[in-house]
Amino acid sequence: MPAVQRTAAEERIDSRSKRVTGLRERAGDRAFRWFVAGFGWMIIALAVMVGLQLAVGSQLTWTKLGAPFLWKSDWDPVAEKFGALPFIYGTLVSSALALLIAIPLGVGSAIFLAELAPRRVSDACTFLIELLAAVPSVILGLMGIFLLVPAVRSVEPTLTKFLGFLPLFRGVPYGVGLLTAGLILSIMILPFITVITREVLLAVPRSLKEAMLALGATHWETVVGVSLPYARSGIAGAVFLSLGRALGETMAVTMVIGNTPKISWSLLDPSYSMAAVIANELTEAVGDLHLSSLIAIGLTLFAITVVINGLARLMIYRVTRRGAAA
Amino acid sequence: MGGYSMRRKIVNRLMFALTALCALASLSTLFFVLGYISYRGLSSINWAFVTRLPKPIGETGGGIANSIVGSAKIVGLASLMGVPVGVLGGVYLSEYGHNKTGFCIRYAADVLTGIPSIVMGLFAYVLVVIPLKHFSALSGSVALAIIMVPVVLRNTEEFVQLVPHTIREAALALGVPQWKVVMRVVIPTASRGIVTGSLLAVTRIAGETAPLLFTSFGNPFWDNGWMNPMAALPHTIFTYAISPYEELHRQAWAAALILIAFVIAVNAGTRLLLRPSTGVSH
Amino acid sequence: MVKTLAMPPQYIPDSSPQGSPGGASQAVTLEVRHLKAGYGTTPVLRDVNIKFYDTKVTAIIGPSGCGKSTMIRCLNRMHEITPGASVEGEVLLEGKSILALDPVELRRHVGMVFQRPNPFPSMSIFDNVASGLVLNGARNRPLIAERVEDSLRKAALWDEVKDKLRQPGMSLSGGQQQRLCIARALAVEPRVLLMDEPCSALDPIATARIEELMLGLKNNLTIIIVTHNMQQAARVSDYTAFMLTGELVEFTQTQQIFTKPSDKRTEDYITGRFG
Repeated sequence: MPAVQRTAAEERIDSRSKRVTGLRERAGDRAFRWFVAGFGWMIIALAVMVGLQLAVGSQLTWTKLGAPFLWKSDWDPVAEKFGALPFIYGTLVSSALALLIAIPLGVGSAIFLAELAPRRVSDACTFLIELLAAVPSVILGLMGIFLLVPAVRSVEPTLTKFLGFLPLFRGVPYGVGLLTAGLILSIMILPFITVITREVLLAVPRSLKEAMLALGATHWETVVGVSLPYARSGIAGAVFLSLGRALGETMAVTMVIGNTPKISWSLLDPSYSMAAVIANELTEAVGDLHLSSLIAIGLTLFAITVVINGLARLMIYRVTRRGAAA
Repeated sequence: MGGYSMRRKIVNRLMFALTALCALASLSTLFFVLGYISYRGLSSINWAFVTRLPKPIGETGGGIANSIVGSAKIVGLASLMGVPVGVLGGVYLSEYGHNKTGFCIRYAADVLTGIPSIVMGLFAYVLVVIPLKHFSALSGSVALAIIMVPVVLRNTEEFVQLVPHTIREAALALGVPQWKVVMRVVIPTASRGIVTGSLLAVTRIAGETAPLLFTSFGNPFWDNGWMNPMAALPHTIFTYAISPYEELHRQAWAAALILIAFVIAVNAGTRLLLRPSTGVSH
Repeated sequence: MVKTLAMPPQYIPDSSPQGSPGGASQAVTLEVRHLKAGYGTTPVLRDVNIKFYDTKVTAIIGPSGCGKSTMIRCLNRMHEITPGASVEGEVLLEGKSILALDPVELRRHVGMVFQRPNPFPSMSIFDNVASGLVLNGARNRPLIAERVEDSLRKAALWDEVKDKLRQPGMSLSGGQQQRLCIARALAVEPRVLLMDEPCSALDPIATARIEELMLGLKNNLTIIIVTHNMQQAARVSDYTAFMLTGELVEFTQTQQIFTKPSDKRTEDYITGRFG
């Protein structure tokens, strides 16, 4: 660098950095990029590895029992009979029940927070609702056992009396069962539906709403006619995301569902879920096939939640443009 | 016409009143949970409870000191493994991730966030417990770390992205190599957000029970090192809750109060102090 | 992404009709030859030739979008960091092509001050000024402290901040922040200081202080300032370049350009006919 004048002080200060100029410096940048990219790739590797490991761990079940494992309904580890259907059924029904309760409540709350509440009230309420999402599920399970189960048990005779003509509400009042599981799951997913729906409702362009209001529509008609349709993809994403949560929720469900591998029409009967059977039986698996079948249930749960979350994310990306390369 | 318009106005009022009720119901659930746990747990918390080991069934006066310490250790190790991976991966997404690879990583992280924690526990079981042939605190930490990584990653990306472009330009214009711009200027500028996100991830895994059932397994005594079973607070709450003993139920409520106090305090505290506004971990 | 076009050897810059103010015979620090630059397929600069002289302030004026910012960003190769950016032509720093230099190294010799003050939010006042040195590996604390004080004095900020060097840089007022950024750029002892509308975010008093400061700084620096404010150009610069739609229209001594511009378009702009 003869052309550029350098002071003595600069020579001294720069003496260390001079060694890392030119091409080698850019090599440093490249090395750094590869270094951090490695950590990014670890996420993809992790996702693939979870699937692979579970597939390997459950190999015995797939080779011995094959796909019918998924639709057989007997589960008797001692007799070496393994069918996952009761767990899949219990998981799906309890989750559906949870959605049935949480969607109206969550979307309703979100409409209130996005459309009616002043911004500061809305932010404060959202903050608190997010706190509800932070409550550990074992604690909701604890409340489920000692509070919700007795409560459900006490209203079950009434339900049977008035709605007993439906197969959904027959049977002995245990308190534990699909209905209780659905109730507790709805509390767990409510914050997700509320917060995401509020976010997408807030993203509805003002001009659209004003156009509708200018036509003489009431505020509520604007919400139903403009905001909800505009946000429907995002709301659907929120619902799917919550469904993914509900399907895999373990502790609270294990504590209140009754843990009985039986398929029953009645919501009042004890049932079982995929996550719950893994939680309860894995440490006490009586043989290789039992262990392998539990891992197979885990793999099934993994596959279902990957598909559901994958769809949910794509729907949410479309509305909020998170995830899109900016 | 007048009656029709009147009906529309009433519908308007009625529906919004209903939405307000929905919001009220959601909020009261939170306060009810917090209030009820305090009501059941507060009377059983005393110094002995948090400093003593559990007593055999039938004796009263046992504590949960081993669970508290165990939780701190398991969550601490999980954070040591999970936070650096998540932060550096997030830096990749923010600084270099505006391409297909970035999209794939982002998508994988978002999907992983939604995978049930019990599946992650199962993964740690197959990966660590089966090869070592016994339960260990280490495997519990691995499971929790895996749950933590995608959350920290997406959060870090979000906050590093918020660092203004002008700050990067200023550093580049001083003749600083890009990697140093990122490490020494951009990351420190985003550090509050990164810390917030990491703490929120810590509160999330601190309450996790399912992945610990068959990894760290639980232990009624002081732990015997990373390669052996270790007690953890949420797991202890679960085992006490499903036990048939009144005394253990009482302790479960007290332990639940300690756990929820920690989770809520750290969660609310970090969000109030370090970050202005919302963003549930979705 | 960056294309370099080597000039034919017979090219003689002084034969160019533009880009050499009459009667000047100072040392040339930076020379721009046939510079073309753009974003993607949109050209921003079309064949600009200009020389910047040592110990002088050169102002670049012109309406928004005329390419003045792009031009100075080419001088320290900051233009290249924009995705899709392209450059052609040659820029010589004291006779040596800057495209042959490592951009990181080049930027230590050609410093820059931006439109909006941008001190590093995570750093104190002291650390902001020291950042260029420290991030480039300087370890000698006394020497760094000496350089920080020296730079803050040159930026006319020392007296205001000497008792609070450990406070965050963001705690200063807008004008002080901009002088902090100038001190930060000076600390690495550049040969050239590029200023991209440095006063556009500041109030008149803060602007006056920075203009005053520039007059003191030019003793051992080449200063190039982009401004949309013609009065400012007239006050601070020795030479002024007028650009329009990516071309250099006129480049001469400031006094001359503002009193008897030779090009009709310059006259129109200066007398306000371009808006």
